Amino acid sequence: MDDFLAGFAELFARFDVLGAFWVNIQLTFWAALLSLVLGTVLALMRISPIASLRWAGTAYVTIFRNTPLTIILTFTYLVLFSQLALSLSDTLDTTFFWFAVIGLAVYHAAFVCEAIRSGVNTVPVGQAEAARAIGLSFLPAAALVIFPQAFRGAVAPLGNTLIALLKNSTVAAAASVSTETSSLMRTMIEFRPDLMVAIFLTFALGYVILVIPIGLVTTSLSRRLAVKR
Amino acid sequence: MDQSTPTTGQPAADETVDAPTSDRVLGAPLVELKNVNKHFGALHVLQDIDLTVRKGEVLVVIGPSGSGKSTLCRAINRLETIDDGTISVDGKTLPEEGKALAQLRAEVGMVFQSFNLFAHKTVLDNVTLGPRKVRGLSKKAAEAEAMTLLDRVGVANQAGKMPAQLSGGQQQRVAIARALAMHPKVMLFDEPTSALDPEMINEVLDAMVALAQEGMTMIVVTHEMGFARKAANRVVFMADGQIVEEAPPEEFFTAPKSERARDFLSKILTH
Ligand SMILES: Nc1ncnc2c1ncn2[C@@H]1O[C@H](COP(=O)(O)OP(=O)(O)OP(=O)(O)O)[C@@H](O)[C@H]1O
Ligand SMILES: [Mg+2]
Repeated sequence: MDDFLAGFAELFARFDVLGAFWVNIQLTFWAALLSLVLGTVLALMRISPIASLRWAGTAYVTIFRNTPLTIILTFTYLVLFSQLALSLSDTLDTTFFWFAVIGLAVYHAAFVCEAIRSGVNTVPVGQAEAARAIGLSFLPAAALVIFPQAFRGAVAPLGNTLIALLKNSTVAAAASVSTETSSLMRTMIEFRPDLMVAIFLTFALGYVILVIPIGLVTTSLSRRLAVKR
Repeated sequence: MDQSTPTTGQPAADETVDAPTSDRVLGAPLVELKNVNKHFGALHVLQDIDLTVRKGEVLVVIGPSGSGKSTLCRAINRLETIDDGTISVDGKTLPEEGKALAQLRAEVGMVFQSFNLFAHKTVLDNVTLGPRKVRGLSKKAAEAEAMTLLDRVGVANQAGKMPAQLSGGQQQRVAIARALAMHPKVMLFDEPTSALDPEMINEVLDAMVALAQEGMTMIVVTHEMGFARKAANRVVFMADGQIVEEAPPEEFFTAPKSERARDFLSKILTH
């Protein structure tokens, strides 16, 4: 037992486990922000009165929701970096980080869009009709009447998307972000295969600790923000 | 316009209408529907509708369920599109979409059966939203006017509450104030009291009668005969997507000409 603890202490001294989690939290934060913006625009497109915009929104969601994330992240890495030699920073690590953020955001925006659309469906049509009847055109009606109510109805599915995003951020390894948790876990297990179960449990528990509060907060928010009718 | 029905013949602009219940002076045509047709799939919901509502007129639309009354009302501010024919408000034909349509809708007030107050906004914000965002009024000016309007319909003391905290009758009066805040040229009411508990119907009807007495042009879908007798210049009876009969309220209720109308009235009277 002492040996085990000593081995574990050595691992933690040698590898920056908390730092790796911090990378995933940052990936998640920026991708969440970006996908929320993109997903909102997509949701607007999908409910807009302009048919070509609706079509484009639907096409986007269909494509990105049905493509594996690994493929998208590998693609952003290979195309943006290797082919186009696009650089977002002086250091490679930072460049890869932002490629991963873009890939994650592009993918999860499709889910954010669908979460918001489910929120829009909780808003009775009468609300939109009343907004139009006082002379609001599409965008102001959406911004002032529909979306404020839709977001409240979409808190729970948006929370689920955020949880999926946090867990999916480990796929950033596919975009060569080597400092994140799953890459670190692989390195650690290669280094101390005798401790692999403990290493696995460390990372698994780390995600459980991160995910549970998100679930609790979104559930209580969704109850508190619910629009009373 | 089809002038074959004697009651569609309109008096000249400055003449008084011969309605026994009203001595209102009616102005120029404000809302004009010409040959309007609308289908829902195979269902012909509006069939060759010709209708003119003059400035200052109060028109009551009555008829059995499914006859197209709501569709007619909603077509006037283009919440429903029409297949053919023209609808114009104050001489302007309804625009297809975009800014011009929003502009026109701002001039047509609409009160819905289910109130449709903005559920996430206070009563006061419900009334000020349009004036601020469509008319560009300052918050202060919009709120001052909103309070005057809320006071007029008797719900000024509810200004800070959320719609869900109000009774149906109060919500509907707020909805009337919200529509009035846009200074509409005409107000449309689609069965404004039929979702209300009986004890709340009169508070809404009273607000509507007051509005009529101030000279507002109104198109009201309702089965409230008391309101029609007190405030309407004319009753239009619809059945199966057609205007079957139109007459001043007293004449329509006491001596309906068509079989359909007699049948319909006998049904709502026995209730
Ligand atoms: N969006 C729609 N799609 C298909 N059919 C519709 C739609 N809206 C209304 N209808 C049909 O059109 C007909 C006329 O409807 P409308 O609501 O105008 O009648 P109404 O006279 O207002 O009836 P009520 O007194 O029940 O309110 C009805 O048969 C209705 O079922
Ligand atoms: Mg109706």
